Amino acid sequence: MKQSSRQTRNRRLAGWLSLWVIGMFGFGYALVPLYNIFCEITGLNGKSATLSEASAAPLEVDKSRVVTVEFAVNVSGIPWQVDRPETVRLRVHPGEPVTVRYSAHSLTDSLTAGQAIPSISPARAARHFRKTECFCFTRQELQARESRMMPVTFVVDPALPDEVKTITLSYAVYPAPDVKLTSS
Amino acid sequence: MTSTVADHHHDEVPKGISRWLFTTNHKDIGTLYLWFAFIMFLVGGAMSLIIRTELFQPGLQVVDPHFFNQMTTVHALVMVFGAVMPGFVGFANWMIPMMIGAPDMALPRLNNWSFWLLPPAALLLIISLFVPGGGPAAGWTLYPPLSSQGGMGVDFTIFTVHLLGMSSILGSINIIATILNMRAPGMTLMKMPLFVWTWLITAFLLLAAIPVFAGAVTMLLTDRHFGTAFFDPAGGGDPVLFQHIFWFFGHPEVYILILPAFGIISQVIPTFSRKPLFGYTSMVFASVAIAFLSFIVWAHHMYTVGMPLSGELFFMYATMLIAIPTGVKIFNWLATMWRGSMTFETPMLYAIACVALFTVGGLTGLTMSITPADFQYHDTYYIVAHFHYTIFAGSVLGMLAGVYYWLPKWTGHMYDETLGKWHFWLTVIGFNITFFPQHFLGLAGMPRRIPDYALQFADFNQVSTIGAFIMGFAQLILLVVVVKAIRGGKEASSEVWENPEGLEWTVPSPPPYHTFATPPQVR
Repeated sequence: MKQSSRQTRNRRLAGWLSLWVIGMFGFGYALVPLYNIFCEITGLNGKSATLSEASAAPLEVDKSRVVTVEFAVNVSGIPWQVDRPETVRLRVHPGEPVTVRYSAHSLTDSLTAGQAIPSISPARAARHFRKTECFCFTRQELQARESRMMPVTFVVDPALPDEVKTITLSYAVYPAPDVKLTSS
Repeated sequence: MTSTVADHHHDEVPKGISRWLFTTNHKDIGTLYLWFAFIMFLVGGAMSLIIRTELFQPGLQVVDPHFFNQMTTVHALVMVFGAVMPGFVGFANWMIPMMIGAPDMALPRLNNWSFWLLPPAALLLIISLFVPGGGPAAGWTLYPPLSSQGGMGVDFTIFTVHLLGMSSILGSINIIATILNMRAPGMTLMKMPLFVWTWLITAFLLLAAIPVFAGAVTMLLTDRHFGTAFFDPAGGGDPVLFQHIFWFFGHPEVYILILPAFGIISQVIPTFSRKPLFGYTSMVFASVAIAFLSFIVWAHHMYTVGMPLSGELFFMYATMLIAIPTGVKIFNWLATMWRGSMTFETPMLYAIACVALFTVGGLTGLTMSITPADFQYHDTYYIVAHFHYTIFAGSVLGMLAGVYYWLPKWTGHMYDETLGKWHFWLTVIGFNITFFPQHFLGLAGMPRRIPDYALQFADFNQVSTIGAFIMGFAQLILLVVVVKAIRGGKEASSEVWENPEGLEWTVPSPPPYHTFATPPQVR
């Protein structure tokens, strides 16, 4: 009698603990969206893949301050040559919109599709580096041997912390995911 | 389960291989766990000797770099998941029911399963070394992108982790159910031996941490084969995310490895000091505090990934906070020994060495918690020295203290004290020769996980290798000690030691196959 009631209690507790285990397994997965939201809000890890509205409240240009913006790019796993803008180091005033052009050149005889992932360094500058136009938001397709200029327009927010003197914008270019290409 | 209830009334020990395959007896399963852990300890130890042989001289002599990387990875996985964790579960199986006056574990069939998941898991990990592309070589932390590029050995490792994780989870559920539901009348929570307390906390840590790790490696698996991009930046993922998830598991994991050892030495030190444990209640609360803090300090393993300053400060202060409950424990052990009638049998020697050397490891941990200093120590031999001072000197020496303390109870025979002392001194001296110079190597800038190094590191590396061989071969003495005690020797009384505290000393040595079929009354 006592044995069987103890057995029920054991099984019930084991059941609750198993539910807890399943919950923690789910929590591991929940960390993925949580982390992404957290990074987006704080600009952590230099994540800056969102488009800023150009029209919304144009920023006041701070002529008294100069920030150096550097450009970098590297290509991985796709037969493209991507060159950074002619001026690799640009001195800009916060609040002033600037456009620079990367150039991409396909080194192969077939259609290829790539995707550029931007990253800002130092990470705390990511929130204040607003891209109003960028080739990084959509997948890019290049025909055989095609070359193309790829413009980026950005504004450095005057709210950028004072101690940041240099911002580096770096792109990593990868093959676009789920490539299903039909030659045209 | 009904059959085990019926079994309580007769005391026949089943014979042959089926005794071990189908056993639901907590003592048998404890024995299986302990032997499994010991075999894995020797396997992982052999791998560390391959590592140390290669590092005896600068340049590449013995193994090629890829195999070297596999050795550092698999050595760690085998030691953490194959030796230390199952070893402590073995102790839990043997001792917890006897310490709380329960007839067996709460869920005996499940108990059988949680053990028998281990050998296939270990086999899978060993096989991974022989598949094309070799075993995992990305370090035991399995960081992508390196781990998303390895061969099928990495997949084998992922499934190994799944199996081992399942085993730990089942074991923990069982331990919690046993402790909460099976205590003898009068055995209130605050009367439980400290070993039982630390295991209760450890089991909860396991249930919270292991599923997260299982999730992380599952994401790695789907990244590798099923086109997801959790950690692949090309698809919008982030490799740093893996580090966060891994260490959310990984930091509680290191306390999972150490808390049961704290429990064991909290049993050993009072016995050989002939005084009750100083500050029992504070010990319990310090353990709970350590467990809680373990979940909010994970990012101190990754100060260098580029966190915002506020994050680094938070993790730095939270990490330093852990020194307080840990300090409470250390001082409680010292106060227990203070003015006690101490004797220095082998278990006590191990317990004292554990307290002293773990403190060294704790101190180096504290220096690394300081963010700016950590930028220098990160991924150098300093961290290698640090975690061996905590995991070997803390967990393994604590476990060895437990082995010598309860071996007479398990086998019914006293162990050979002379051999025990030889084992102790060779292990502890070998250990310090191996790992103390690694602090200097790390401070001088030698990175971890490399098969070759700059010439100026040669002397300390040679010293370290010599120490590793002393320490490694000394472990064979333990095998001799255990086999001798099983086969015979001076009969042990039920108390074994002088007035030890605890219900396990009220049953004969060796204990009958079924103990406490009628629960004892605890006053």
